[in-house]
Amino acid sequence: MNIEPLLRMEKIKKVFSGVVALDDVHFSLEQGEVHSLVGENGAGKSTLIKVLTGAYHRDGGEMFLEGSPVNFRTPEEAQHAGVVAVYQEVNLLMFRSVAENMFLGREPRRFGLIDWKRMYRDAGEVLRNLGLQIDPKATLGTLNIASRQMIAIARGVSLGAKVLVLDEPTSSLTEHEVVLLYDVIRRLKEQGTGIVYISHRFDELYAVCDKVTVLRDGKFIATRPLAGLERMDLICLMLGKKREDLEKKGSTAFGDHHESSSAKPLLEAEHLRRGRHLRDVSITAGRGEILGMAGLLGSGRTEVARAVFGADSIDEGKVSLEGKQLNLRSPHDAIRAGLAFLSEDRKAEGIVPDWSVRENMTLAALPALTRFGVVSRSAQNQIVERFMSRLGIKASSGEQKIRDLSGGNQQKVLLARWLCKNPKFLILDEPTRGIDVGAKSEIQALINELAEDGMGVLMISSELEELVEGSSRIVVMRDGECCAELTGKEISQDSIVKAMAAEEAGGVQSDSASAV
Amino acid sequence: MRARIGSLLQHQGALVMLLLVCLIGFARYEAFLTPENLLNILRQNSMLGLVALGMTFVILTGGIDLSVGALLAVAGVIAASLAGQGLIVALPAAVAAATILGLINGLVISKGRIQPFIVTLAMMIAARGLALAVTGEESVRITSSSDSFGWLGRGSIGFVPVPIVILLVAFAVGWLVLNHTRFGRNVLAVGDNDEAARLMGLNTDRVTILVYAISGALAGLAGVILASRLGTGQPVAGVGWELDAIAAVVIGGTLLTGGQGSALATLVGVLLLGVIFNLFNLEGQISPWWQLVLRGLILLFVVVVQNRLTKLR
Repeated sequence: MNIEPLLRMEKIKKVFSGVVALDDVHFSLEQGEVHSLVGENGAGKSTLIKVLTGAYHRDGGEMFLEGSPVNFRTPEEAQHAGVVAVYQEVNLLMFRSVAENMFLGREPRRFGLIDWKRMYRDAGEVLRNLGLQIDPKATLGTLNIASRQMIAIARGVSLGAKVLVLDEPTSSLTEHEVVLLYDVIRRLKEQGTGIVYISHRFDELYAVCDKVTVLRDGKFIATRPLAGLERMDLICLMLGKKREDLEKKGSTAFGDHHESSSAKPLLEAEHLRRGRHLRDVSITAGRGEILGMAGLLGSGRTEVARAVFGADSIDEGKVSLEGKQLNLRSPHDAIRAGLAFLSEDRKAEGIVPDWSVRENMTLAALPALTRFGVVSRSAQNQIVERFMSRLGIKASSGEQKIRDLSGGNQQKVLLARWLCKNPKFLILDEPTRGIDVGAKSEIQALINELAEDGMGVLMISSELEELVEGSSRIVVMRDGECCAELTGKEISQDSIVKAMAAEEAGGVQSDSASAV
Repeated sequence: MRARIGSLLQHQGALVMLLLVCLIGFARYEAFLTPENLLNILRQNSMLGLVALGMTFVILTGGIDLSVGALLAVAGVIAASLAGQGLIVALPAAVAAATILGLINGLVISKGRIQPFIVTLAMMIAARGLALAVTGEESVRITSSSDSFGWLGRGSIGFVPVPIVILLVAFAVGWLVLNHTRFGRNVLAVGDNDEAARLMGLNTDRVTILVYAISGALAGLAGVILASRLGTGQPVAGVGWELDAIAAVVIGGTLLTGGQGSALATLVGVLLLGVIFNLFNLEGQISPWWQLVLRGLILLFVVVVQNRLTKLR
């Protein structure tokens, strides 16, 4: 009897310059199975996929395809063996025909020349088998995004894929187009293809996947059949919480200290819309209030911040500060109006590693420190002195390079960069990620202090403790919508997770509404 | 409908313009539509045509080759100095030298990940310097007993001059390669989206190296023909040809950003420029400097129209 699955990965280990990215991870896939891989940022999903498709070399563990051990050194080798990653539709050739996109590099030939007739015929056949009505001769660039995504999949299928990896295949599709994708997946299942499906959207997972494997911090957590698995339990697995613990822990007292009751909200964002990323999101935050924002990766939490800050252009919606509507075409406008945004990716969007603490801190304030085109060094030094002592930045001097500082101190310098511009409203996206415990509580205390001084704060975090302890009010994001708002006694880790897990016809929204 | 007309104009715009210009020539000058004049146009532009064909391959990948004029001079000088030993020796040696220099362009661009503009600019300066240094700034006179060498530039097959035959054969092969071989499709794929091409498992470095080698080879071939026609190998030959070749490719309708275009489009582009030049001469009144101004304006016009049409789609 053959009980060997289509694909089996055992005890996979991957280390990047001393940091363990994958540790003892298991994954197996049956024929005709759609198996989802989930986990928060840094869980190791993409690393596992890259090990599977030969883009990375594993440092330990074993991999079996149809029972025989495999060791792919390149993506091409994996492709030949039948393990194919489907890239997003942007990775196609816009000027070429559909058929050429599917057969690039392995076009059928006769007498050394491309056999166009056969290529179009073969392409048409693959497309028809997937239930797609797309002309193989059409130029790719003239097709809509959904068709392009299907062609990316059809290419994988035409390569003879036994294992097909779909990484966020719906990220650029409309809801209507997603249905088309489900149909293609169903056909592939029938043909016995195993599919690894990565998506942040729970509705999708429950709609198309048979099983789910949860990773957290590079570790294997569990593999479960999706049928019968409650969303709450799935989220608890992803976040590493025990459901019983959540229910035991009530709200922490911290929250109601600085509950704002000022009549007029400081910041109002109304009906923000941006494709599927933001679907009519409205938030308000008062002076001296810390508005917490919870949500899983991909729920739209960062998108809200970016929309409010003018970093992404939105389809609809308006943002006002102190009752005055802002005309946000770029972050520049937002900064002038008194908004500040500390983004989640400190390395990519924040620090200039080779610059000193002084230069990094005063970067945004330079125009104000400049007299007759010359930057005033003494004004810079004043700022550096003030904030180094106020925020407790541990650096040998303002001239130390910022790269030599710890993550917590780098974050404080970035915070100071914004604070020296005296913002009225501060947006923090994951302000304590990757920071050691001591610095973390210092930053949290500082945020509290700022709020007490009357600043409005929007704090996005994936750490439930941080949100529960530090916020006066919490909004929960799910699938681009604001699905719950928690205040006062409602604030608890349990209620946040419940809101994250709610089914489409949101039970929690009405729950929390009735609880008020 | 509008898009379809736009697409037709983009793909065949140069052809339409070529026919238009020919019509003007036919109506205005008796001497225009004579076999001698037409063959003359073709022969005069055969060498630029070869260079532009090589440039088409490069531009289709999204690159640029500024060194073709200098490589043409290097090949011409080499061919002239070897002319005494006959075409059999001189032609392959000169073309091989230019090919190797083109290959070096491609290697540095792909393996070193350096912009083609800079790499081929460096090659242009260095190769020109080499040609001047080796010859001591003197033209290399082709001595006697090299009839076979002279045939390349001045002979004819039937009534068709040899350079024209070479031009037409080269474009036929270029068309076949670009449209009907894997390598040709790879060239287009790299210019379309090289990241996507790489993810699809294409060896994009190999494609890049080969197109610069092809460009070098064709520039070399043009250099040998020119030396044969002039009877000397001139180290200053081909100055500015890289720009004429780029102009011809772009006027033909090949996108400067790569991924879209064809060999035939370039042939049309070369002929369009050639016919316009021919009409200037038949007119006889326009000074060469004003001709340059007009050519510049035509190039600008075509590129602006192309840009508008691309946005329309």
